[in-house]
Amino acid sequence: MTTELLIWLIPLPPVLAFFLIVLFTNKSKALSHTVGVGAVFLSFLAAMVVFVRALGVEHLGEHPFESAVNWLPTGNTWLKIGVLVDPLGAAVLFFVAITILMIFLYSVGYHNFGQPKGDHDHAGLPPHGATVTDEHGHKHTVPSVEPMYSRFFAFLGLFAFGMYVLVISDNLLTMFAGWEIMGLCSYLLIGFWYGKPSARNAAIKAFMTTRIGDVFMLLGIAFLYSVTGTLSFREIFNETTLNTLASVPTGVLGLSAAGLIAVLLFIGTIGKSAQWPLHVWLPDAMEGPTPVSAMIHAATMVSAGVYAVIRMFPLLTAGYDGHGLTPEMTFVAFIGTFTAIFAATIALAQNDIKRVLAYSTISQLGFMIAALGIGAYVAAAFHLITHAFFKALLFLGSGSVIHGMEHGVLHTGNHNVDPQDMYNMGGLRKKMPITFWTFLIGGFALSGFPLVTAGFWSKDEILADAWYHNHYLVFGTLALAAFLTAFYTMRQITLTFLGEPRTEEAKHAHETPWTMTTPLVVLSFFAITYGWVGIPEKFPLIGGLLPNWFHDFVGHTLAEVPKAPEFSWIPLLTSIVVALGGLAAGYFVYRNVKSPEEDKLQIPVLKNKWYFDELYDFLFVKPAAWISEVFVSKWMDQGLIDGILHAFGPGTGGIGSAIRNYFDVPIINRLIGDGSADATWWVGKNLRPIQTGRIQQYLILSLFVLLVVGGLLYFLLLA
Amino acid sequence: MVPLSWYLIFSAALFSIGLFGVLTRRNAIAILLGVELMLNAVNINLVAFWRYGDVTSMAGQVFAVIVFAVAAAEVAVGLALVISVYRRRNTVIADELDMMKW
Repeated sequence: MTTELLIWLIPLPPVLAFFLIVLFTNKSKALSHTVGVGAVFLSFLAAMVVFVRALGVEHLGEHPFESAVNWLPTGNTWLKIGVLVDPLGAAVLFFVAITILMIFLYSVGYHNFGQPKGDHDHAGLPPHGATVTDEHGHKHTVPSVEPMYSRFFAFLGLFAFGMYVLVISDNLLTMFAGWEIMGLCSYLLIGFWYGKPSARNAAIKAFMTTRIGDVFMLLGIAFLYSVTGTLSFREIFNETTLNTLASVPTGVLGLSAAGLIAVLLFIGTIGKSAQWPLHVWLPDAMEGPTPVSAMIHAATMVSAGVYAVIRMFPLLTAGYDGHGLTPEMTFVAFIGTFTAIFAATIALAQNDIKRVLAYSTISQLGFMIAALGIGAYVAAAFHLITHAFFKALLFLGSGSVIHGMEHGVLHTGNHNVDPQDMYNMGGLRKKMPITFWTFLIGGFALSGFPLVTAGFWSKDEILADAWYHNHYLVFGTLALAAFLTAFYTMRQITLTFLGEPRTEEAKHAHETPWTMTTPLVVLSFFAITYGWVGIPEKFPLIGGLLPNWFHDFVGHTLAEVPKAPEFSWIPLLTSIVVALGGLAAGYFVYRNVKSPEEDKLQIPVLKNKWYFDELYDFLFVKPAAWISEVFVSKWMDQGLIDGILHAFGPGTGGIGSAIRNYFDVPIINRLIGDGSADATWWVGKNLRPIQTGRIQQYLILSLFVLLVVGGLLYFLLLA
Repeated sequence: MVPLSWYLIFSAALFSIGLFGVLTRRNAIAILLGVELMLNAVNINLVAFWRYGDVTSMAGQVFAVIVFAVAAAEVAVGLALVISVYRRRNTVIADELDMMKW
């Protein structure tokens, strides 16, 4: 099979799985997950074959795998759609395929496959547990299987389909289609437990917020098409087109056409990748089941946002000469850097284990966006991939922790204990060793623990790039954000796993089944080793032992391979110091903290996320509600429109009765109708006397009439 | 020769006398006599115009003969009606014969 055909086929199994599960396999949970996991396994195999073949191609950047077909006729030309796997696409395909497969596998265990049906579980609510009786007659409460098990795998399949479509697209249109499919799936899955009002609201919030970005993105796509007449990446990103785009001024904020399109497309990314100021949906997205969180945060949706900007990098940097950022790059760099530090501060004060990770994701995506803003293409792609591995690992790990805690909750029967609150945990190290060690690896990778973890290499590369290109403000802010990252990560690990259990439930927590721990182990393998493919050549001691394969490979996606930054001790030492310092500080500060009251960082402004939800509520939600409920509904609709409509009845009634009373009755009925009869009667009555019946009187009368008529005729005609 | 106007004046006078009789006499027979006078005045006109007009054509004389015939028929029918009315109502006074009024 040719590679191109194989690429076309990659997205198909998940979407087929979606339809199969939706239409046929709902009855059987085992069949549903077999179809779902089997489908993504096929996609995984195909993606790996493509990846391996991509490795074997010399100069893949110049001769990528591509294939296109005519799709929509546009006059004399065709809108083409097709597939494209260049070095960037191959690298992204690699991590997407692995993380998606792991998340699918994990979901089987997470949704308690093989457990009995719950005693009082409802579709649309998380399972509450089931009571079983053992052979001694003792009753136990055990986890119960998810009521909407099949539905979950169906949606997850569609989600995977969207991401694969996005990755292998060779044009903006199908990429946008995949992008929107993921938007839909995130809505469906965040609101998976739709029985909970919080989940419903979170789903709507995610959908609406990302839609704001998507509208701008669509504008950008439309603008790009109207300027260039094509949406295919390969055609847009050739030098002539880019130069034209960069030299056409648009008159909007002094941006060139390329700049304006890049900014519009980037606003789509702000929504999708939850960058400030559209970050508000991502923490709420934690309402969905944990595999969904991992899916959104690592494998698909938010990665898609960053991936889109990486794809659009030539457009973003069109007209950039290496000195002094273009306005659009400054904008991107600002958003990324600000988001990185902004989200990191919020993460410090969150107690929900998944929410910490959610803000961490926003922060890390900020790192990538900032890197792109300052032109560090390879570093951004590198961090995207390493981050996907360790963030998927962390989310699945947190899901495992929650699962273990829920086990404890079922055991004690005290449902008031929130299994996601880190202050209810502690000491899980011994109860859940596999989860602990893999979570530790993920956490250290996120913190950038020096040398061994993947996160260190990718984050260091971003810092080195910022330093090398003299963006000291970006460098300083990102370094501070990196310190905070290490700090809150260690806080999380300390509160969750170290010390003594703080609650009875934590004491009874349980290690999770193999379907959940296997993905953790696999992902932690990549969380360590993936960094080794991108060690800078000039790194002291170990640089050059392994070639910097990643830079060579992905860098060739661009027409001109970006230069790796010169080695410098300052960023290296900075990243080592912030990582180790943050981890140490986190451990020592939180070592003995027992309850939220002892936590010095529970500052209201951080705890309440800088009041952005309240601000948006005040700025947008309340006015929108006011406009719809008061202005439109009450004033416009009920007052004006209904008023007009209701006025029609009395109005026409009034006109009708006026016509009847003043025209119909007096004029038509009385005057014309009755009047004609009256007049005839009157005339008849008054003419009766001349009807004497006497012949001589008739003769006199007719003589008289003759004389009169004759006289008149005589005078009128002859005179 | 007597001028045409004399005949016409005479005829008009005769017609007027007949008309006067028709309008004023109360006796139905007298009214019939008035009608005869008016018909004869017409006949004088017809003959006079023939004689003073185109003598070769016979139109005037023929009309006059037709008028005689009509007048005779009319008197025959009229007298029969009067006699019939007299037998029923015992009167020939026109004022008392108002059956045409319903």
